[in-house]
Amino acid sequence: MKNKLFGILLSTVVTVTALTGCAAQGSNENVGEENNETVTLTNVSYDPTRELYTAYNELFKQHWKEKTGGNVEITQSHGGSGKQALEVANGLEADVVTLALEYDIKAIQDAGLIEEGWINEFDNDSSPYTSTIVFLVRKGNPKNINDWDDLIKDGVGVITPNPKTSGGARWNYLAAWAYADKQFNGDEEKIKDFVKKLYKNVLVLDSGARGATTTFVENGQGDVLLAWENEAYLSIQDHPDEYEIVSPSISILAQPSVAVVDEVVDSRGTREAATEYLQYLYSDEAQRIAAENYYRPSNEEILKEYENVFDTNIDLATIQDFGGWDEAQSKHFADGGVFDEIYEN
Amino acid sequence: MNKRSKRVIPGFGLSMGISLTILSFIVIIPLASLVVYTANLSLGEIIEVITKPRVLSSFKVSFFTAFTASAVNAVMGVILAWVLVRYDFPFKRLLDGMIELPFALPTAVAGIALTALTADKGLIGEIFAQYGIKIAYTKTGIIIALIFVGIPFVVRSVQPVLEKLDYSYEEAAGVLGASRFTVFRKVIFPEIKPALMTGFGLAMGRCIGEYGSVVFIAGNMPYKTEITPLIIMSELQEYDYASATAIALVMLIFAFLLLFFINLIQARNTKIIKGGR
Repeated sequence: MKNKLFGILLSTVVTVTALTGCAAQGSNENVGEENNETVTLTNVSYDPTRELYTAYNELFKQHWKEKTGGNVEITQSHGGSGKQALEVANGLEADVVTLALEYDIKAIQDAGLIEEGWINEFDNDSSPYTSTIVFLVRKGNPKNINDWDDLIKDGVGVITPNPKTSGGARWNYLAAWAYADKQFNGDEEKIKDFVKKLYKNVLVLDSGARGATTTFVENGQGDVLLAWENEAYLSIQDHPDEYEIVSPSISILAQPSVAVVDEVVDSRGTREAATEYLQYLYSDEAQRIAAENYYRPSNEEILKEYENVFDTNIDLATIQDFGGWDEAQSKHFADGGVFDEIYEN
Repeated sequence: MNKRSKRVIPGFGLSMGISLTILSFIVIIPLASLVVYTANLSLGEIIEVITKPRVLSSFKVSFFTAFTASAVNAVMGVILAWVLVRYDFPFKRLLDGMIELPFALPTAVAGIALTALTADKGLIGEIFAQYGIKIAYTKTGIIIALIFVGIPFVVRSVQPVLEKLDYSYEEAAGVLGASRFTVFRKVIFPEIKPALMTGFGLAMGRCIGEYGSVVFIAGNMPYKTEITPLIIMSELQEYDYASATAIALVMLIFAFLLLFFINLIQARNTKIIKGGR
């Protein structure tokens, strides 16, 4: 009996040691890497920025070499903005985050990893590039969709992701709200009715922006896709003769935010490189890369160079018109918020 | 004394210790944390969270589709296992190997592929669309994705039992004048029933929690095709851990009860087979 108990205890200890041994070894490796001359940075970003950061990382490597003589390795991670924020908040080691919403970065701040005031650390509310929401319709625009009020007509199928799970979808929703707000002079009941009608026409509520694009482009669902401007241009690039972009009269200024994750860069000693990585996004070269990937550069002059690409006549509402993200979130997207009301039977 | 406690196979202490440790690291501790997170809410709040109309209707969608898919799998799985065990045909090994592919394929890939096929512009969806039947973005679509995910569970549970089944019982039954249907009902089915129940239970347990493949094909319309795991995901996106875990706990309890009942029925069956009644 004693023997048996001893055996159980011993094997437990051995297994635990083995498991903790793995963990300890893992962290040792990290320390070793840090002492190398090469700086490694991890950039946790959201879905549609893949192409942008592939191009930008090459540019930054050159810039860093010229500036310091050292090398920099950048690891990219992409996924739904909210999910990415959640993972960083739960301990995924990211030196910088470049996400779709200020609100998602704020969640990392609330987890204690980013210090307050990050939004003023870089220019333009820490948004080196912006985007907006446009309509992608099938070639020739068979349903004659020109503005938001065409989306609530009978027989128009709309594709947009679920605002509850997708950062991009929240911009879509708010853009529609901004239009109705102007149309009905702020009469809340009428605005709600308009947005409700719009979501009645939604055929598929995907969980993310890329998923919605797949549903519309590859699976041929619906007549109009509410999309990020850059995603819409990418779809046109891939299928030049099948789609058209329609700019509505009113849309929203989507400001993807960037921030240095203070807790991580301090423990890894990478603050200098991480800050430079984000700062350099504002350089003329980087702004042009953003524009070539169909993000609107925050630098007005560079934006002018690309005037033939971007429709600068859209009347853009901002998140401040909704009282900031906290208020927009709790009013529209929280449990029991306006978006839930829309789907109430 | 010492001799009496000796077992035939040595190493009980060692293996038991390892099992307990591993089990607590990968099963018990994560599940306990689920309960701890939920405990942030009072009982009233938990009930409020899980009885919201939208959550309730997602339970309905999830359980209905999981049950239907598993029922279809139970029938199809037995037929598949039967064919694989009883007949010889070219490429049998290949077909046998293919059964497990749903395990290996990332479920998101399966979901996207099935959606592309069954959307009304897709290869298969086109045919059905002519008759006004929509597959992708309806409950039918969800069921198809779940059938794909669950089929290996049934086949792999039933197959070994069929392999061991002695032909002579069937022959004897035939000699005694039983029709083929009676042979199946009275001789073969009772033998594979426990394994079939296990397969059904495992498949259903897996289907209730399936997220990756379903979100692509479901369309995710609230009250219609919104599954519970998606609701949990959206609660997490709002950083509302307590509500998310409360809903998850309900699913977990249901899955546990399901598997527990199946085990109970099986235990009773074994008792009958072993010792009469």
